[in-house]
Amino acid sequence: MARFIVDVMLKPEILDSQGQAVARALPRLGFEGVTGVRQGKRFEIEVEGPADEAATERVRKMAETLLANPVIETFELRAE
Amino acid sequence: MSARVGVITFPGSLDDRDAARAVRLADAEPVSLWHAEADLLGVDAVILPGGFSYGDYLRAGAIARFAPLMEKLVAAAGDGLPVLGICNGFQVLCESHLLPGALTRNAGLHFVCRSQRLRIENAGTAWTQDYEEGQEVVVPVKNMDGCYVADRATLDELESTGRVVARYLDVNPNGSLNDIAGICNEAGNVVGLMPHPEHAVEALTGPSTEGLGFFTSAVKKLVQS
Repeated sequence: MARFIVDVMLKPEILDSQGQAVARALPRLGFEGVTGVRQGKRFEIEVEGPADEAATERVRKMAETLLANPVIETFELRAE
Repeated sequence: MSARVGVITFPGSLDDRDAARAVRLADAEPVSLWHAEADLLGVDAVILPGGFSYGDYLRAGAIARFAPLMEKLVAAAGDGLPVLGICNGFQVLCESHLLPGALTRNAGLHFVCRSQRLRIENAGTAWTQDYEEGQEVVVPVKNMDGCYVADRATLDELESTGRVVARYLDVNPNGSLNDIAGICNEAGNVVGLMPHPEHAVEALTGPSTEGLGFFTSAVKKLVQS
């Protein structure tokens, strides 16, 4: 069994209101010095077979098709 | 014979009944369409209603986009079928790439529900022909993910080609770029709208009856053609 991690983030130019809310909350809790927070999603995908090139391509296709919306998001993919 | 307007129900759709009611008040026959049936039943137009299809899991509209019926709808929209996506329906249309851009979390992070003044910017689409360009209407807006975003080139194209259909007035409820409340595709048959005209069709329940024009526009066009 192979395991892949897909991290999905809003593109830098897209307003991340949730990340901003987290950034505003941190100083209130005493965490000083935070200059920015961006919030994303992490997917852990388990697939049958080895983590070879074919499996990587399949997961890439999943990310492009469903996990991320390429209009507003980017993704990074790695095998674990 | 009256026009037949389909209303798609996804798991989690909320406003399909109100949309069907608005169709009836526009003197057309509403036809219930189920997301899992790959058959548009020969309808003359389609409405994707508001709600939270698939619980808004992943992204609003992201999973509904892959419903069996959507494949048929994308093809039919390409052939000119009038399609109106309201709120969650707008999100589904963007996820389906029938409309450009995307809808993200409201800038204020809160669910917003209010009577909203809009200006109809394009009265030439299949769904706005009963309005005058520049006409102001009040309809409810109620959304969590209503912040319209697109890259600069897309926004410039929408603005320069008159594809912004409606714009928020007074207050921008969700942070949408250029105060955009609704847009259309190049042909003008596919319209996405974040506010809810189907909730403004009767004096008893709506802030006005000024939403009815969206439905009568499509019906009139169908009867003419």
